[in-house]
Amino acid sequence: MHGWTGKILKVNLTDKTTEELRLPPDVYLRNIGGKGLSGELLLEHFRHSWDDPQMPLAFMTGPLNNTSSPTSGRMTVMSRSPLTGAVCDASVGGKMGTVLKRAGYDGIVMTGKSLDWCGLSISETGVSFGNAAHLTGLPISEIHTQLAADPVMKNGAHAMIGPAAENGVRYAAIVFDGHYFAGRGGLGLVMAEKKLKFISVNGSLKTEVFDRDELKAAQEEIFRLVSASPMLTGDLGITNYGTGALYDLMHSRRMMPTNNFRQTYFEHSPSMNAYAYKKQYDTRKFGCAGCHILCKKVGAKGEIIPEFETMSHFSALVGNSDLDVVVEANRICNEAGMDTISAGVTLATYAEITDQTLSTENFLQLLENIASGQGEGVALGQGALRFATESGQPQVAMVSKGMEFPAYDPRGAQGMALAYATSTRGGCHLRAYPIAHEILRKPVATDRFSLSGKARIIKISEDMNAVVDSLTACKFLFFAASLEEYARALNAVTGMQTSAQELLKLGERIYYRERIMNARNGFAVNDDDIPARFFEESGSSSETILIAPLKRSEFLEERAAYYRIRGLDEQGLPTAEKCAELGLSC
Amino acid sequence: MLKLLIKYEQKLVEHGLCASGTPLVGGVNDVVIWNREDPLSEELEKIIAGLNINSLIFARPVEPFFSILNYLARHSDTEFVPEDTETRTFLHSIPVARSLTATEIIPLLQKRKGCVVAGHGIISFGTVSPEQAFVVFSSIIFSAFVKFFVDHAYAQQVGAPDPEAKKMLPEVLAAYDQFLPGHAEAELVTGDFSNPGDIVRAMIQAGQATVNARMVDSFFGNISYFANDTVYISQTGSSMDELESCIDACPLDDSACTGITASSELLAHRDIYLGGSNRAILHGHPKFSVIMSMLCFEKDCKNRGKCHIKCDKPRFVDDIPVIPGEVGSGPRGLSNTLPPAVQGRRGAIVYGHGVFTVGQKDFRDAYASLAEIEALCRNFYLKIISASN
Repeated sequence: MHGWTGKILKVNLTDKTTEELRLPPDVYLRNIGGKGLSGELLLEHFRHSWDDPQMPLAFMTGPLNNTSSPTSGRMTVMSRSPLTGAVCDASVGGKMGTVLKRAGYDGIVMTGKSLDWCGLSISETGVSFGNAAHLTGLPISEIHTQLAADPVMKNGAHAMIGPAAENGVRYAAIVFDGHYFAGRGGLGLVMAEKKLKFISVNGSLKTEVFDRDELKAAQEEIFRLVSASPMLTGDLGITNYGTGALYDLMHSRRMMPTNNFRQTYFEHSPSMNAYAYKKQYDTRKFGCAGCHILCKKVGAKGEIIPEFETMSHFSALVGNSDLDVVVEANRICNEAGMDTISAGVTLATYAEITDQTLSTENFLQLLENIASGQGEGVALGQGALRFATESGQPQVAMVSKGMEFPAYDPRGAQGMALAYATSTRGGCHLRAYPIAHEILRKPVATDRFSLSGKARIIKISEDMNAVVDSLTACKFLFFAASLEEYARALNAVTGMQTSAQELLKLGERIYYRERIMNARNGFAVNDDDIPARFFEESGSSSETILIAPLKRSEFLEERAAYYRIRGLDEQGLPTAEKCAELGLSC
Repeated sequence: MLKLLIKYEQKLVEHGLCASGTPLVGGVNDVVIWNREDPLSEELEKIIAGLNINSLIFARPVEPFFSILNYLARHSDTEFVPEDTETRTFLHSIPVARSLTATEIIPLLQKRKGCVVAGHGIISFGTVSPEQAFVVFSSIIFSAFVKFFVDHAYAQQVGAPDPEAKKMLPEVLAAYDQFLPGHAEAELVTGDFSNPGDIVRAMIQAGQATVNARMVDSFFGNISYFANDTVYISQTGSSMDELESCIDACPLDDSACTGITASSELLAHRDIYLGGSNRAILHGHPKFSVIMSMLCFEKDCKNRGKCHIKCDKPRFVDDIPVIPGEVGSGPRGLSNTLPPAVQGRRGAIVYGHGVFTVGQKDFRDAYASLAEIEALCRNFYLKIISASN
């Protein structure tokens, strides 16, 4: 095959055995890779609890990995979330996706549970298991240094979990190459449950490309659009300022979640924006293998500059106005290997329930306690909803399906309300990302203060992003390019003859399958919702911008429309007819 | 949704692209609705059902565009490929359907954002808003128009004009005169502006005038003003006739990223201001300026086919430089080529793309220069084709 290696590594961690899975070509064509292929392989396991040894953890690349297709070096990690119980997949950057292909595999599917902490080493010449007890308790940077020092793994890629996962934090992440996070939903805890501390991969194999000239032409089309994108490569775009470039926009649109979403405006924001970080830390850029945008930023002294969500939640959401504290809080989470969004919302929930504004010392100490599983940190490590429920105030947790909301208040971009609600993994902005059109004007602007007509847009966007995550491309690129250009790249690499709209049809099937996974675990209409706060309380309006509560009736109307468009019944459950149309079993 | 459908129906008419009462604009959430009843909607709904979209426009453009599209359709197999920036960057190619049937049109729209239906008109779609369909509709007209005239000039130059095109030309030009407004003059407010409110009002007025003069298509083009160490610039994808709430204030020191939604040409605008004493910039896509930028009769040029990025010869239309450069700020971007070209001049034409003009106090000079350059280019074009007759 062109594009794919045709081999998936199956690993049983209980008895330390491996085998190679070779799927028929049509399975690849229907699922592409990444999110799609992971879903195909994991569907039948989705009745297992997240901590059942039979519940797989999948790493999956796509056909564009290890080719010159722009920003296509990502991969998917998928399992069932310890935080939500729902399907959980994360698109992760770095170089693991590329290197795994070089080692000869399209992906890894891991089941079982090791007796002791172990590590997995993969190369084109073989697979081996090693003891990893010596890495427990260490911060991520130290683990990465040790793994990277292995001469066999020189220039290799490394996935690892940190202390947060070891200590049972339900939003523990898997960290790749020291900096790139499969961040949300607790996938790190799934890895910890299997007693798998790290995965190291090395390889030098090439990926066969069907038509190199055509790929070059597709690449040029994509680069041209990227150059034309102010959001990506513009003077104020993420190539210069990182994802933090969004911070000023959220502030000026009065939709920055503040004090646990009780307000939407943080007065200190102008001095805590991406420019402030650039100036204070003299930042330079770095990024994923094969990417020319380089959205990540590091300070002159090696300080990792937070991403937008972290910048926002570790300032406005918890009431912190000290830039250094944001950077330090980010460092604590990075070194522990835990999701900053969930950590931020959980601490904001704690602050509201305990009726206090967190001091900077308390804020940092609580993060340390969560990571190390000490004191109140144990309860806070269970996430906002569990903590709030234990405290008798579940309504204070700003979550959907138990996953904490990122830094976009839905009252300031109303499509986000529906997107949070219908997201298969819970309170996530990345499934439909209506911010693209409601705020960033891409592909064109829509009315951010209206839900009308958004159901279909959300559905199409979910399908599109399911394809993007299956191609294992970067979502940022789709602020500029579209599936039209990526279909050309995919065809060039694989020899397929697909189109943008045909890919959307595959995306529809991939996304619907996740609805099936969740339905099998009891998720239904009541889970496709957002907290009452957004319907009952106003945000922080200005003289010219009114941040009003969402209208519950309009939300319910649009959610019902979404179900009809998606082919779900009134309870949000899959239907036999739609399953048959998509070639899926309910 | 209906409000949006009617808005874009009206824009097609107001921009002079379609006759009143003719555009069909459909929108889909969980059901399809139309701007008006029409027997064609049944077939168009089959097209909608076959695609993952939220809006669709079908309309027959007015003359001369309809004749040009049909000409290009007759002279194409499955698609035609104009070489202007709109096509190169966004459309890629323009497919041609021979019948107004879902079975023929769906496969074309699976690959591209719109298509020509020979003898019928244009179909285009959007996935988040009918605005996308409107933009594609308008871009197809623009790109086809440019291609028709560019191809004809080159054919004429080598002494092999297509007889059909040659025969069409007088009628096409006459119809284009009908499309243009009677006069391009506009009463614009006088500067210097320093108050943000005055700046925004002046920009809105100049943007509207540029659209009224039909010197810009769909939402392309941009406009800016420099004051208070800040570039006030239209947002990316904003329509020049709808600039209210679509102007970003971008401080020169980049101390806020609010302008991340600013036009992709922010960097070029900023460097023009930093390189001289200009205060206003206007960018439009007047058609004959774009056509003239694409006509170069240099023989055996090593850069032929890559003129848009590699042209290294000084080229002028009268006193106006024609320069290479792609949209935005990449290594081949016009942010590198435009600022030096404009220095000490009233404007420049970017190959296959459009015209940038400048003013020292307000938008009057920039607007007048835009209109003059377009008139100049049209005259030059007519001379070229009559000289080679």
